[in-house]
Amino acid sequence: MVHFDTVIRGLTAVVSLIVFLAWGRPFSIAQNTNPVTREAGLAAWQQVYSVLTHPRCINCHTATNYPEQGDDRHRHLFNIVRGPGGKGVPGLNCATCHQSANADSTGVPGAHNWHLAPLSMKWQDTDDRIMPSVEVCRSLTDRSKNGSLRGPGILHHHEQEPLVLWAFQPGRRRDGTERSLPPLTHEQFVAATRTWVDAGTPCPQNP
Amino acid sequence: MEKYKLTVNGRPREVTVDPGTPLLWVLREELKMTGTKYGCGISACGACTVHLAGVATRSCVLPVSLVGDRPIVTIEGMAQDRVGRAVQDAWVSEDVVQCGYCQSGQIMSAVALLKSRQKPTDTEIEESMGGNICRCGTYVRIRKAIKAAAAQLA
Amino acid sequence: MSLTTMFSSESGLSRRSFLRVSATAAGGLIVSLYLDSRLLAQAPPAKTYPPDAFVQIQPDGKIVIQVNRLEFGQGVQTSLPMVLADEMDADWAHVVAELAPAADVYKDPLYGIQMVGGSGSIAHSFQQYRELGAKTRAMLIAAAAQQWKVSAAQCRSEASVVYGPGGRSAKYGELADAAAHVTVPENVPLKNASEFKLIGKDTRRLDSRPKCDGSQKFGLDLDLPGMKVAIVARPPIFGGVPKSVDDKAARNVPGVMDVFEIPTIRNGTAIAVVADKFWTAKQARDRLNIDWDLTRIEAADTEQLRAKYKELARTPGNVAVTRGNLSVLDSISTANRIDAEYEFPYLAHTPMEPLNTTIRFDGDRAEVWAGSQFQTFDQLAIAETLGLKPEQVTFHTEMAGGGFGRRAVPDSHVQREAATIAKRCKGIPVKLVWPREDDVQGGYYRPMFAHRVEIGIGADGMPIAWKHVIVGQSIVAGTPFASMLIKDGVDETAVEGVADNPYVIPDFSVTAHHPTPNVPILWWRSVGHTHTAFVMETLVDELATRAGTDPVAYRRKLLRSDAKSLRAVIDLMDEKSAWRNHLPEGHAAGIACHESFGTSVACAVDVSIENKRPKIHRATVAVHCGKAVNPMTIESQFQAGVSFGVSQLMAKGAITFKNGYVQQNNFDAYTPPYIVDTPVDVDVHIVPSSEKPSGCGEPPVPVISPAVVNALNRLTGKRYRTLPLVSL
Repeated sequence: MVHFDTVIRGLTAVVSLIVFLAWGRPFSIAQNTNPVTREAGLAAWQQVYSVLTHPRCINCHTATNYPEQGDDRHRHLFNIVRGPGGKGVPGLNCATCHQSANADSTGVPGAHNWHLAPLSMKWQDTDDRIMPSVEVCRSLTDRSKNGSLRGPGILHHHEQEPLVLWAFQPGRRRDGTERSLPPLTHEQFVAATRTWVDAGTPCPQNP
Repeated sequence: MEKYKLTVNGRPREVTVDPGTPLLWVLREELKMTGTKYGCGISACGACTVHLAGVATRSCVLPVSLVGDRPIVTIEGMAQDRVGRAVQDAWVSEDVVQCGYCQSGQIMSAVALLKSRQKPTDTEIEESMGGNICRCGTYVRIRKAIKAAAAQLA
Repeated sequence: MSLTTMFSSESGLSRRSFLRVSATAAGGLIVSLYLDSRLLAQAPPAKTYPPDAFVQIQPDGKIVIQVNRLEFGQGVQTSLPMVLADEMDADWAHVVAELAPAADVYKDPLYGIQMVGGSGSIAHSFQQYRELGAKTRAMLIAAAAQQWKVSAAQCRSEASVVYGPGGRSAKYGELADAAAHVTVPENVPLKNASEFKLIGKDTRRLDSRPKCDGSQKFGLDLDLPGMKVAIVARPPIFGGVPKSVDDKAARNVPGVMDVFEIPTIRNGTAIAVVADKFWTAKQARDRLNIDWDLTRIEAADTEQLRAKYKELARTPGNVAVTRGNLSVLDSISTANRIDAEYEFPYLAHTPMEPLNTTIRFDGDRAEVWAGSQFQTFDQLAIAETLGLKPEQVTFHTEMAGGGFGRRAVPDSHVQREAATIAKRCKGIPVKLVWPREDDVQGGYYRPMFAHRVEIGIGADGMPIAWKHVIVGQSIVAGTPFASMLIKDGVDETAVEGVADNPYVIPDFSVTAHHPTPNVPILWWRSVGHTHTAFVMETLVDELATRAGTDPVAYRRKLLRSDAKSLRAVIDLMDEKSAWRNHLPEGHAAGIACHESFGTSVACAVDVSIENKRPKIHRATVAVHCGKAVNPMTIESQFQAGVSFGVSQLMAKGAITFKNGYVQQNNFDAYTPPYIVDTPVDVDVHIVPSSEKPSGCGEPPVPVISPAVVNALNRLTGKRYRTLPLVSL
């Protein structure tokens, strides 16, 4: 049986490929010498944004004192709280359940150093509504909020950070089904991030 | 089936089990240590809580393959722990237990809390104990016993 | 077993019971109880272990007291030994309590079956355990008097020692052998209340330490040589049968021993998996590929049931009580009426220890280990399933991790399943386990209920006419309790708390409908009072608000003059909850009072709204339960019992059905209260009394949810008539 998520992922990959062909090709010859245009960068940002706001990513970029779970982004069950370092509280840490790898026999996702993003990296508001593209972009590029990262640092984070990598290999749920995936593959996500970074991490204008 | 070397309450143990077997069932059925309880199997109730390298951990969702070399401490090891003993004594003197089935897990969570916070506030107690279910509802006495243990340890 | 014998004996030592004393092989005294004088005459050889002993005094002074009912949190394993030890003048430090196995002598003196329920442990066995203690003491004194050649009157006892004239003394352990040859006294005087040393004193539980260090064994912890574990795939709708079963993947799980069909409730068929371990059995069970035939069975559906119940509630049902003239309601204007419709969901008990039973069948006998609230029924059911007589079934009562009614099942369905499996696995002990998912989805819920109440209000703001219709399944229909508890087509457990309410209402009627949807149902801690107290106490509060009267004053005015216990608890609660008068901004107080199982309770709560949920900052509870045997246990029962009662308010506090399927399967979807959901503090105050004791297991539950909702109403202005509280 073809899983629904897989279909969506495939479709999204096709769409993103088209985007890349449309935007990427005219500039590809000149890529080494000329910076990516702002337009191409903004288009790539929208791709990045579609991943950041996917439940696999945004569920731990909350504005509240709790993480979220599931594709419906419900408040994390069992009264899990953020805690001072984003890792829960003594006795009820993230690591109380989340190990360094997915636990497929019991359906608990895991990756190295499982934790919530800091409040400065919230991508939703206190009512759990996803923030618009421009606001997420501004937060992500604000070095006072993002851990002093410049473009290459953000790219590195998207390439290497275990929790980012986890989002693309999120494992099985308790019922044995696969967790849904972000709309891009990790390679596409990194490529889009690179394009956006190469364009100078442009952010959309206020609507 | 695979062989795993574990350290449980300071003792080296060896088990041969399916890698996906939760630590809870390794403890209960392979090592015959039944103080750690099965309540829900989905980390919703905390009855299965053990300490894994000092971190309160829900053993019901932890495949034994992910334990690695981290030492495991269970309720059976609490009497040998300074904080553990104080918490157990406070639980007895405050007459906390009713059916008692959840209390292994409650005590493991409380010990983890008190090892980090010498004098937890009501809110800290609520947060740290927030994932442990006592179906009898002994929460009021659990709060009192944690405070009593904290005072005794101070 | 007929009901007449089941429910025949009276309180205390039954008229048909006889005490017998005997020495043990290792020395010491066993005081046993016989129900049949012929057995006593035959003087069977002394047994070193029950099933007939109540008290055993060992030469080293250790006193082992058998507890005639299940311990599952209520504290009876401490309270009943206290009662016996007090009359016996035993040294409490040397008392050990054991849970008695199934045997006739351990039957509840009032109910005539071995059981715990209806908050009857202390209420029914207080007198029995006092007499047992007093007679044992008399025999020890008689033995000492004989040795010393003095009269018994010259001797006195204290802390397991008999003192005689001339400074003589002997420890109970030393006297035990001689006491075994003393004639059992017919009548002995019991202590005056002023002489009690344990009864009425705060006494810590005997089972605390083992429950805190992991050493306490519950039924699920049982491990026997060669034991296997069974887990069952039951039909997803009650009564379903498999059309086809593909068990290949299940059988391929290493450790699986057998996969086979067993009969299950409502003529259904289930598939049992027997394996070496729990995890193996569960993996295998979850890999069964079963095509179920669900065509010939009714598929319950919560939304349809709600509509049907609502409709039924608009028509009169069978009459539980009627007085006065209800037609006055017709002439009362809308402005002076309350027409209220209430809805209550199915509730699962979800005791922390998942249901389990272990049985080894050896052909001509069987041995059983189970945490059972109904030993008599469960033993009978197992014997019947195995083709044995009950006396061929040795039944050990295991410490149980909660129950709340779920281990008191008249049809003994868990034990029947376990026996069916054990029969096939002859000679091998098999532990049947219901994983949490099975427990949440397995039926035997507190029934769904609908109430419709029409109230006419007089000029003084007091109710003059009250027409009440209750709709919900009968818990006792089809059980051995039916003939006792169903009267004129009304299940008393569905209307208790309304039909017998303590308020002065001149024109009053309560009628009930008992539909029969395909959902197995059961009593849930405090039974009918779970919903009736909520309806009564929220409506009385609404009446008080309409009348512009303080809710305490209003209840005092509305209560019958003979409702003395309720008046006493309201007064005590009022006195102890002065905090109600100076609450912080954003907080409100709510109160409720209710009598159930002979115990009256009043409760006041301090509530605010945090994170869109009720936050219960404190509860003050006043209790009238007659003589308080162990005030510490009573305090603990009430502190925790009100927290249990909060279950009814939880956002995910309902079992619901869609096309026959239960929509919840674990604590993530059916969520009991966590610490954050329950009162931060509960202070409990007991009305001093020397009346005979009544129970405290269930009475804490009914008051809390109406009290909280009454407070919420003051914060939001809304009336909450549908439980659970999905949103405020």
